Amino acid sequence: MQRRLLRDRQIVVDDWGYTFEPGPVQGRILSMDEWLTEPTWSGTGNRLGVVLKPEHKVELLAPSLARFELIAAEFPGPGEGRGYSQGRVLRERYGFRGELRAGRVLRERYGFRGELRAVGYVRYDQIFFLARCGFNSFELPEGELAAAAKAFSTFSAEYQPANDLGLGSALDHR
Amino acid sequence: MYRYDSIDRTLVHERVEQFRDQTRRFLAGELNEEEFKLLRLRNGLYLQRHAPMLRVAIPYGLLSSAQLRALGSIARRYDRGYGHFTTRQNIQYNWPKLEQVPDILEELAAVEMHAIQTSGNCIRNTTSDHLAGVTPHELEDPRPWCELIRQWSSFHPEFTYLPRKFKIAVTGAPQDRAASLVHDVGVHIVRGPDGEHGFEILVGGGLGRTPIIGKVIREFLPRRHLLSYLEAVLRVYNLEGRRDNLTKARIKILVRSLGLEEFRRRVEAEWELIRDGALDVNDTEVERIRGFFAPPPYRALEDIDPTAGGSPAFRAWYRHNTAAHKVPGHRVVYISLKKPGVAPGDASDAQMELIADLADRYSFGEVRVTHTQNLLLADVQQNEARELWGLLDAAGLATPNIGTLTDMICCPGLDFCSLANAGSIDVAKLINERFDDYDYLYDLGELDVKMSGCMNACGHHHVGHIGILGVDKGGEEWYQITIGGAAGADASLGAVIGPSVAKADVPETLARLLAVYVEQRLPDERFLDTVRRLGVKPFKERVYATPAAA
Repeated sequence: MQRRLLRDRQIVVDDWGYTFEPGPVQGRILSMDEWLTEPTWSGTGNRLGVVLKPEHKVELLAPSLARFELIAAEFPGPGEGRGYSQGRVLRERYGFRGELRAGRVLRERYGFRGELRAVGYVRYDQIFFLARCGFNSFELPEGELAAAAKAFSTFSAEYQPANDLGLGSALDHR
Repeated sequence: MYRYDSIDRTLVHERVEQFRDQTRRFLAGELNEEEFKLLRLRNGLYLQRHAPMLRVAIPYGLLSSAQLRALGSIARRYDRGYGHFTTRQNIQYNWPKLEQVPDILEELAAVEMHAIQTSGNCIRNTTSDHLAGVTPHELEDPRPWCELIRQWSSFHPEFTYLPRKFKIAVTGAPQDRAASLVHDVGVHIVRGPDGEHGFEILVGGGLGRTPIIGKVIREFLPRRHLLSYLEAVLRVYNLEGRRDNLTKARIKILVRSLGLEEFRRRVEAEWELIRDGALDVNDTEVERIRGFFAPPPYRALEDIDPTAGGSPAFRAWYRHNTAAHKVPGHRVVYISLKKPGVAPGDASDAQMELIADLADRYSFGEVRVTHTQNLLLADVQQNEARELWGLLDAAGLATPNIGTLTDMICCPGLDFCSLANAGSIDVAKLINERFDDYDYLYDLGELDVKMSGCMNACGHHHVGHIGILGVDKGGEEWYQITIGGAAGADASLGAVIGPSVAKADVPETLARLLAVYVEQRLPDERFLDTVRRLGVKPFKERVYATPAAA
């Protein structure tokens, strides 16, 4: 089934596929292990993306960042917060300009076998803050996509500088 | 005090709308319990033993009379006519209805208050010295810096899901009245090598299951770097703090496991990459904020002794419940919320409204909350103290026990809190019944008794001169006693005296500890200093020599 997601505040059909998903796609999203242990990927001419788990150091990707057009940070559970910092570091320290995705499918593939619904976790209430950390792409449950497009206007002002790339419009500030 | 502008108002109102929608989605079944929990906790809402508990932020403990009046009004209309002031300068309501919480938040917003980030794994209310701006010997008023931190930390997008809660305290005087050494980060205003004010930064203090005194991570930080340095500390913690074990997730555990030097190296490396950027403290903004904390228009007065010719009751109150003010002719007045028979830190709706009126009449319309769970009027004229005392006394708000044994810090305990192992309020009551002789209390002098109903240490028992910790022993409430703790600039953790004691024996145990002190003390020596000099042994021997009930 085609996956739809929220990219740059629009609901679009995902033209990327994870390596465990069959079928033709525009680009492949590798696991970190696949990238680190099977260097053949870099020679295929494919458009490449990579999964960043919370416990991965962003520095791991630094030498090869130019090879990736997409980085998908995994949010395995509702309280997971490392991806917020990873996003800012990727955007601000390493100047990553490609698609930065908050992923939920990832957990379903690489994580537990059971109880998937509760853990693959990117939801409406996180989107505004993720968008302020440089994320511009969000894998949400299909039924939440339409409502979630409103999350970008949860707040219209801010108290602190961050990375509002994913927000699309400037917030009021002092 | 700080007043909202359009940015503050917009954010707080949008937060109310956001929470109203979240509550609606929960009640409609669109969010499950677990999902809603993470959201409501960002608005200070716990689901407790009897009903939800709502914790409202009182930034650095400062309230206008209008705000206190609103808190009283909310207590009457949405709760059971009282509120509980906490050790982190907040207020808690124990009986609101979930579906009414959005309305409460809206009423709070109307008086420039909120419950944002008063719980959950995020940066909590920034606390400070309750004598800020009025105490002699202060280097600089810390409150403008607290406000700057409040703003930076509110809705900080990157730090919304930290490994665990994160508490910051700021002080500007040599005496530490904010327990900053047991905070995740302590910020001390200090004079730098060139005479300019900047900050000493401490990290990794905390109470709870693993009490640790904070350590200096940076001796001097120029003021412009305050926010970028805090951001670096938080980023290292957010990325590297443990998330696999709730009891090992605070920053103190990360600092301890890496070692202070390695933790410092990582923070400084991160800071080098982000300093001198958008987070640089903007002098214009600091001056704007500082303007809100300008001294009120004090009258030119001489110091007097208002107790001359006064009643013994007034004299006792003046001596114990007021403190020095830096402006001649003025005095700081504590309003004791530790009346025997009342849960420590509780105030009724009528008391809150009365105190608001008294603040308007006697103290420029401002009230403060202390981390010892009392209120205070900071700017009272000495020549009006007697009149003020009469009005407080009539309302049961002049118990002359500030700083004494019965000025206990106490968490809500088993009566209200779903985490607690044992009651604290009823133990406070037993202690009050046993120690009702004021001459004896005054003779004992300065004595901090702090009590928590469980390991989470909301009552700061580790840093009480006498600490009392409720433990569950086979379904019964027992109490572990520590002595020698302190929360000030000379902070230390108390030592356990021995096996825990039954609830009914807590007052007798305290009496025995104090008997040893009275026998062994040197002239002018506090209980704490006697314990530090003698060690635990003589106290322990006396307590366990014979059964308490004998």
